[in-house]
Amino acid sequence: MTHVAHQLPEVAIPALRFEGASMVHRGQTLLQPLTLTLDGCRRTLVMGPNGAGKSLLMRLAHGLLLPSTGRVYWGGKPPRQAMVFQRPVLLKRSALDNLTYALAVSGTPWRARKPLAREALVRFGLGLLERRPARVLSGGEQQRLALARAWLLAPEVLFLDEPTAALDPASMRAVEAAVLDFHARGTRILMTTHDLNQAKRLADDVVLLHEGRLIEHSDAERFFTTPASPTTRAFIDGDLVW
Amino acid sequence: MPTADNAFATALRLVLNLDPALREIVALSLQISLSAVALAALVALPLGAALALWRFPGRGAVIVVLNALMGLPPVVAGLTVYLLLSRAGPLGQFGLLFTPSAMVVAQVLLILPIIAALTRQQVEELHAEYREQLQSLGLSRLRRIPTLLWDARFGLMTVILAGFGRASAEVGAVMIVGGNIDGVTRVMTTAIVLETSKGNLPLALGLGLVLLALVTLINGAAYVVGETARRRLG
Amino acid sequence: MPKAGLILAALGLMGLSLNATAQSVGHITLASTTSTENSGLFDAIIPAFTEATGIEVRVVAVGTGQAFEIARRGDADALLVHDTRGEEQFVADGWASERADVMVNDFVVVGPDDDPAGIREAADVTEAFARIAEAQASFASRGDDSGTHRAELRLWESAGVEPDGAWYRELGSGMGPTLNTAAAMDAYVMADRATWVAFDNRQNLALLFEGDEALFNQYGSLLLDPGRHPHLKHDLAERWHRWLLSEEGQRAIAGFEVKGQQLFFPNASR
Repeated sequence: MTHVAHQLPEVAIPALRFEGASMVHRGQTLLQPLTLTLDGCRRTLVMGPNGAGKSLLMRLAHGLLLPSTGRVYWGGKPPRQAMVFQRPVLLKRSALDNLTYALAVSGTPWRARKPLAREALVRFGLGLLERRPARVLSGGEQQRLALARAWLLAPEVLFLDEPTAALDPASMRAVEAAVLDFHARGTRILMTTHDLNQAKRLADDVVLLHEGRLIEHSDAERFFTTPASPTTRAFIDGDLVW
Repeated sequence: MPTADNAFATALRLVLNLDPALREIVALSLQISLSAVALAALVALPLGAALALWRFPGRGAVIVVLNALMGLPPVVAGLTVYLLLSRAGPLGQFGLLFTPSAMVVAQVLLILPIIAALTRQQVEELHAEYREQLQSLGLSRLRRIPTLLWDARFGLMTVILAGFGRASAEVGAVMIVGGNIDGVTRVMTTAIVLETSKGNLPLALGLGLVLLALVTLINGAAYVVGETARRRLG
Repeated sequence: MPKAGLILAALGLMGLSLNATAQSVGHITLASTTSTENSGLFDAIIPAFTEATGIEVRVVAVGTGQAFEIARRGDADALLVHDTRGEEQFVADGWASERADVMVNDFVVVGPDDDPAGIREAADVTEAFARIAEAQASFASRGDDSGTHRAELRLWESAGVEPDGAWYRELGSGMGPTLNTAAAMDAYVMADRATWVAFDNRQNLALLFEGDEALFNQYGSLLLDPGRHPHLKHDLAERWHRWLLSEEGQRAIAGFEVKGQQLFFPNASR
């Protein structure tokens, strides 16, 4: 069984399209109708102040939520996907069992699960912790375990929702390195952050949301140097607090 | 009046002498209550989990009914099973009345709602936490059930023990459907009722102490297993 | 529903494994009263029957009313109760094909040893009941429509008393629990002698009145009508019925004693 290859096959990942997609919850519009195309095997960073609608956008993109109006779809066969959350959701099992569980779900044969899981633990610096209950690991270790789980699923698209918001600087660096590893393996990255420097380090392109509205989507260099929108300018200057 | 002293002495004598009649009664009690718990759990755990995962019209009513059935008087459960299993009843042809099987059925009826209702509650709480991750892994609701039941296992162990407690302490239902036949359907609780009605209170209380000790033993064992596992797995 | 059938089959199998201890040519289910079971009579006479015939007798001891109901529903093969009028009605209604006297025991009136109503001096049971009512002394009644309860009500009637008021407590319980309650509240109570003699928790209670013919309590065995419930083990039940009436059965009943006292007096007519 070789489907969990470390190098993903060179097949173009279909574009993700939002067409007038909005989100209304209990009469309150959380996301204004939004039209956006995300294509290529890029690292896209979604930014914006708190409450801008970043997490909603991620959940719509990953299919965890359905839009209230409009639609969200892939321009082709939906790719294999995985998601890493701000607060990792780990099962009440050992670190190793959390990984073999994901492999079982994805249909990996029983015999192959443990070796693959151990390899992933080592890759993410958790080799000595395999028997430890996942839920007693530190915040950084838990997030790396969540990344290891995503790694084993060999996703063509990886969603990360504020994966470093609750972490110390060293753990944050480890997560960023992992994101680059995923991308190097051929995984498209879609990640939210409110950290401008992190975006500068990682982004190929940036999507800026403000108050549930799409403000700008441009290549990283253009976004940071010559933004099209005054709101973006204010955001980069740190004046857009709310 | 029986003093606590001679009840204890009676209990101790019963246990130490390994009284064969007592052994038979204890074995039958355990066999019936454990079978009932196993059967009830087999149905109630998935049922409770399904109620936690699916939204459908009438779901609220089902939950209210289950919760209400937790308080079903054992005598009513017994009477219902009696009327079902009686020769004149719809399931009469199986000839189960006044057999241990009938007692198992009555106890299943009593504890199934408890296990299902409490499972529903525990699984729903856990699912609120797991939902997005499991959805992200592409798990259908049906495939989430075993995952959630396994991860809720420590809480569910307590739920199942509550069911076992009710099953083994119950007397009204098994008296009606079992008939308290000596050597065939006489269990701890019906024996206690019989000895009480004979005015043999020390023996009745002694049997009660033996029953209490047994239930304590089983709960203790479950606690030790649970705590060990919990410490290992967090 | 095939699923329900499967579950029932599984339960049946479980029942078989649970019942595996029974090793006889067959068994019958006998619906009888608590007085016979609690006194230990069955423990004394059934082994003799089983040895002679290989037939196991499983006793379900309930109130007389419930025993009739169990038999009507086809859940018992044989019936041994003590309510002659009810038994005759049962035959008249076609549920049973034959009824026979088996034995008698008697009721006794027990109460607090100091006997506040003075029933020890009563000439007959009617007077004893009248004195209790007059003294407004606490009286614990079964109140459960059992054979004993019905007999007690007939005695109040012949004493010309409407049992009512704070002194008359209807408990709605079996004989044993009623005796336990009477002992706890120092009340008078009418009990069958068998249960009384075997009863251990007497506290202040003592036997105060006995021997009146009005207190005699006739037990009858009924042969159920095969036409009503063909599935029942009528052959085995008939052997039990005949054995009870036989010389051997009657001797076994006479030989049963508790604390040196004979409790049941065989009176089958041959």
